[in-house]
Amino acid sequence: MKVEQISIFIENKSGRLAEVTQTLGESGVNIRALSLADTSDFGILRLIVDKTDVAKLALKERGFTVSKTEVVAVEVPDRPAGLAGILQILDAGQVNVEYMYAFVERCGGNAVIIFRFDDAETAIKVLTQNNVHVLEGERVYTL
Amino acid sequence: MNTTARIWDREQECLSRDALESLQLERLQHTLQRVYQHVPCYQNKFKTIGLQPQDIRQLGDLKHLPFTTKEDLRLNYPYGMFAVPMRDVVRIHSSSGTTGKPTVVGYTRNDIRVWSQLVARFMTAAGVTNDDIVHIAFGYGLFTGAFGLHYGSEEIGASVIPISSGNTDKQIMIMQDYRSTALVCTPSYALTLADRMEKIGVSPDSLALRVGLFGGEPWTEEMRREIEQRLGLLATDNYGLSEVMGPGVAGECQYQCGMHIFEDHFIAEIIDPESGEVLPAGAEGELVLTSITKEAFPIIRYRTRDITRLDYTTCACGRTHVRMLKTYGRSDDMLIIKGVNVFPTQIEEVLFQVEGCEPHYQLVVDRVGNLDTLEVQVEVNESIFFDEMKKQREFVDLLQKRLLSTLGVGAKVKLVEPSSITRHEGKAQRVIDRRKEKS
Repeated sequence: MKVEQISIFIENKSGRLAEVTQTLGESGVNIRALSLADTSDFGILRLIVDKTDVAKLALKERGFTVSKTEVVAVEVPDRPAGLAGILQILDAGQVNVEYMYAFVERCGGNAVIIFRFDDAETAIKVLTQNNVHVLEGERVYTL
Repeated sequence: MNTTARIWDREQECLSRDALESLQLERLQHTLQRVYQHVPCYQNKFKTIGLQPQDIRQLGDLKHLPFTTKEDLRLNYPYGMFAVPMRDVVRIHSSSGTTGKPTVVGYTRNDIRVWSQLVARFMTAAGVTNDDIVHIAFGYGLFTGAFGLHYGSEEIGASVIPISSGNTDKQIMIMQDYRSTALVCTPSYALTLADRMEKIGVSPDSLALRVGLFGGEPWTEEMRREIEQRLGLLATDNYGLSEVMGPGVAGECQYQCGMHIFEDHFIAEIIDPESGEVLPAGAEGELVLTSITKEAFPIIRYRTRDITRLDYTTCACGRTHVRMLKTYGRSDDMLIIKGVNVFPTQIEEVLFQVEGCEPHYQLVVDRVGNLDTLEVQVEVNESIFFDEMKKQREFVDLLQKRLLSTLGVGAKVKLVEPSSITRHEGKAQRVIDRRKEKS
């Protein structure tokens, strides 16, 4: 039920982001979703790609520090309070969200949000019990 | 206040200056005779400058003798500096040899006896008695630290827990369950213990610790205060180096105003590290030590590379032996930032302690307006890269906090990408001092 995400350490200087995307492009990797968290000195770029292992290897060869983490992709009704309802379910289940970002593509009529939880197992359990659709990795990479 | 503080060997530790100096001279002359006869390295050095042991007629003549350096020890690796046949040696210790061959030292049965006595002196000065349970978290092995403190504790009659280093959780459990009262480790490990205790919710009040004997690396007064506050004990300092004996060269008394050098066994001098000239009493310079009772491995005018000052004024504790102030590191790589002496090794230790591994790093010293700035650039690797920004920031904050407490001066930590620090012949250039370009 989990989705693989790669995170890349990027120093806050010109051309670094371009170098990452360039490297992925040359390796034939397609970016499906991304988020960038930054400070004045450095940033952490998080990506969902169609070929995680290829991407990780290519970036490491270029000298980047890369880590692979597991996140959860959740289908969110694309209407007002759609996300709020899901966050309430998570709150009631005592699961914390470390960070989240939106997926570019939609799945059916729904939006897709990527979540990083402190406890992914419980999160998935709580969500499915409440009839919220959690997407399989394979489905997400090819959306 | 306890006015009758315990002194392990009152007769020797409180000798009058005159008596002490005549004892030193007699022992020095004897040592010089022995090394001249039995250690070719010393004989050659003396002959080169046309000097015989009997030319040393007073303590002031010591300055005419050549220095001994780590290089001499390496050239005579492993046993060339020993002054007794191997059948009289009962113990071998050695340094790590991070920069070349290790240095090897030996002890006779009598050397071990003297060593135990000297460690007992500074442990007693720190307040350890036969009622104490001494938790020795130095690694037992080739390093001298653990064995030295072990012997000293047994000499005093304290109960020794030879737990050795590592496995922090187990250390904490044993301190709780066995009621350890005295902690022996490096100051940075004391902080690691405090961090871990905080994390797993063990209050220092649940421990019986009352005194800490910390050594093996330079540390600051700020670090001392932090350790005392977080572990709830009296943190005392002691000094030694394996080439001279190990721990037991000098140690603090309860007044914490410098470490008494056990002058009936060692002669201390302070020299200008550049010129090698002996400096007047009270001046800051490099500490040079001569052993005057050691049998297996006597050492003459050993350049410790440690920068300190000697204080000959009377100490309230009654001991007459000179006190050396805290040393903050080696003379060869000292930086002065905002008037504070900073050594790259201190920063290395913090990085090592926080991460358990030593990443590539670089220090950039600059001057903005009239203020010195210190930036520590650390190359990110997978073990210190977190996917969550909160954790990554916490890591940087922890490093900065620990650097401030260790160095006594603030430093900004900047994480940089792997391989972005220029390497020279495989080794990173550790310090970039931009103040030099500006002045």
